[in-house]
Amino acid sequence: MSVFRSLRTLQSTAALALCILPVLAGCGSASKPVNSAKPYAGTTIRVLFANHPWTDAVKPLLAHFQQQTGITVKAETYGETQLSQKLTVEFVSGNSDVDVFMNRPLQDGQLFQKNGWYTDLKPYVTDSAKTPADYDFSDFSAKAVSTTTIKGKLTAIPVVVEHEVLYYRKDLLQKAGLQVPKTLDELQKDAVLLNAPGDHYGFIARGMQAAAVTQFSSYLYSEGGDWFDPATKKATLTTPQALAAFNLYGKLLHDSGPPGVVNMNWPQAVAVFAQGKAALYTDADSIYNNVLDPGKSRVATETGIAPFPAGPNGSVPYAVVPWSLSMSATAPHKGAAWEFIKWVTSKSITRAIQGGSAVPEARTSVYKDPAGVAKFPADFVATAQAEANGKSFDRPYIVQVVQARDIIGTVIVASIQGQDVTAAADKANTQFQALLDKEP
Amino acid sequence: MRDVEQRDMKRQQTVKQGAQRNGRAIPRRRDHLERHARWVLPLPAVLFIVVMMLFPVIYTVKNSLTDMNLTSGAATSFVGLANYGALLRDTRFVSSVWRTCYFTALAVGVEVVLGVSIALVLHRESRGKNLVNAIFLLPMMATPVAIAMVWLLMYEPTIGVANFVLQSFHLPAGLWLAGSGSVIPSLALVDIWEWTPMVTLIVLAGLSNLPSDVYEASRVDGASPWQQLWRITLPLLRPTIVVAGLLRFIDGFKTFDIIYTMTGGGPNYASETLNMYIYEQAFNYYNFGYASSMLVVFFALIIGITLFITYVRKTWEV
Repeated sequence: MSVFRSLRTLQSTAALALCILPVLAGCGSASKPVNSAKPYAGTTIRVLFANHPWTDAVKPLLAHFQQQTGITVKAETYGETQLSQKLTVEFVSGNSDVDVFMNRPLQDGQLFQKNGWYTDLKPYVTDSAKTPADYDFSDFSAKAVSTTTIKGKLTAIPVVVEHEVLYYRKDLLQKAGLQVPKTLDELQKDAVLLNAPGDHYGFIARGMQAAAVTQFSSYLYSEGGDWFDPATKKATLTTPQALAAFNLYGKLLHDSGPPGVVNMNWPQAVAVFAQGKAALYTDADSIYNNVLDPGKSRVATETGIAPFPAGPNGSVPYAVVPWSLSMSATAPHKGAAWEFIKWVTSKSITRAIQGGSAVPEARTSVYKDPAGVAKFPADFVATAQAEANGKSFDRPYIVQVVQARDIIGTVIVASIQGQDVTAAADKANTQFQALLDKEP
Repeated sequence: MRDVEQRDMKRQQTVKQGAQRNGRAIPRRRDHLERHARWVLPLPAVLFIVVMMLFPVIYTVKNSLTDMNLTSGAATSFVGLANYGALLRDTRFVSSVWRTCYFTALAVGVEVVLGVSIALVLHRESRGKNLVNAIFLLPMMATPVAIAMVWLLMYEPTIGVANFVLQSFHLPAGLWLAGSGSVIPSLALVDIWEWTPMVTLIVLAGLSNLPSDVYEASRVDGASPWQQLWRITLPLLRPTIVVAGLLRFIDGFKTFDIIYTMTGGGPNYASETLNMYIYEQAFNYYNFGYASSMLVVFFALIIGITLFITYVRKTWEV
């Protein structure tokens, strides 16, 4: 019996020892000196990217990041609408393990900030222990940073910038004896003169309801209008300036555009231009590659880029941050996540992306560096600099921006279809006002 | 009488002996299971149906009574029938219902007429019949999104083949998907191209089951082929045609893929059917409560119309 008891004691001692062992082992590894150069080695972070040339440029560089820091990036890529939906649903569920995500500050920013889905990056940027001085945050254009700063919080680091520009066919203008249009009046006249259906159209731009809104914005601003008065939160879609802009945009496409334009988003519109089927085209400068790359465009050598034509209010194009990089509020690896954001938005990587893949970025120093602009056409750089002071939003910067774009888009389509613009604007203004009244 | 009692006792004994076979009693639970086998055996299937089919419906109905919205940041609260009240005042909703009915009626109407006609032609014995059958069924096999992309190109007003065909017959070019009036018929045409073969397939099956003696008798009585078609074939086929039409109606009412791919509901909501609008409210505006109330109405509409058709069919014995 006593033998039996002692056996049992031995058994329990062994069990106890087995339980303690891992704890001791844990102590041992903790007491080992931490590799100060790679404090997050072995961490895996989840990063959500959008389908964008910037992402294509970043992905091949990820191996370097892993080498440098020991952090593995688990990358997922989605289309822009799917990305917004994916992030919203994940964050609402409350147990998202996303660390870093690309997002559109003008489309998602207000909503995500209101719901507390961002980590404020200001403490990271200002803390010299987390961010060395050579990161040089002041190098980002102040306008870009103001877009991603909402209510004093730095919600994201801007990565891509874009402006609305005028693409034109040098050969067609020359043949018609015309200069590059400098005003919206000239644009309208030239579009009619250059219109030769059967061979090519005078003008092309996005005509699809919600998609057209952002490219219409520069017309609105240059005519002297705006979406709403920020002070009183009153919709201003029926002001004489706004009506002039709606009429102009619709008339351009109705009189000198292709017949199916109301179903065209930018991929369809840019295809029409790249096929040599249009003489003038207004859209974002960030898609210039589709027009100027001989592999993608039939008119690469004949195309020029000019600043957005001036209206009664001057030339007021948008100059926006379409994409930025954020850290999720619930990120499980915030330290490693910041390492990644810091690395991918650093001067050297920005130069590598912009210089190598010609994706226009938000750091100002890269434009002064010959290596940073080597791949851009000369008129692209000149235009981007001329438009740097444009408006920092190309759509109403509100929480319910998706609905707002649908509502405003109806006026644009009505105008293209030659319907009563004033009636359409009246209706849209009422609906837009109802939306604004619900804004926080 | 006595015999019966004795036999009963004997049987009970045998059962007892059997139950205690090998010296062990069958657990009572197993006994219970065996006695209620007819309830127990279908249970997994019943549970599956309840969980996978009934639960989503109940959950949707529950959501439709709340103001659930992912963008508000506020907690979801119960709002009663407020969403349903708002639906009646929502002009975009009301027009999307009419648009859905218009699209379905147009597409299904043509599909049934065309499908039956093709089936009658294909039913005749002829050489190469199987090959023709196979070719007719191809559209049904193709991926809807791929179909939509091809038709999108064909409808393109400048470079598409649709206008090329019109113009080669000296007809004016159309706007197709870009015109507010022509967009629904254009979409219906794609649906017709894709789904007429299904009607044909069902009707062909029905045709092969028709009794041949009726035809022989009518031939003896001197009926012409035309009379045979109208007096015999079509009346006998009526139940089959109704079923095919009903299936197409339910599917047509729910069409989403081709509309989403080809127009996204545009231009200016001109092709926004109920399904498209629900998607927009739920996944672009994140109004899940409101979208759920529309889903409930959508569900009720389909069930209502289906029941009505079944009722008419039974009452009038068509």
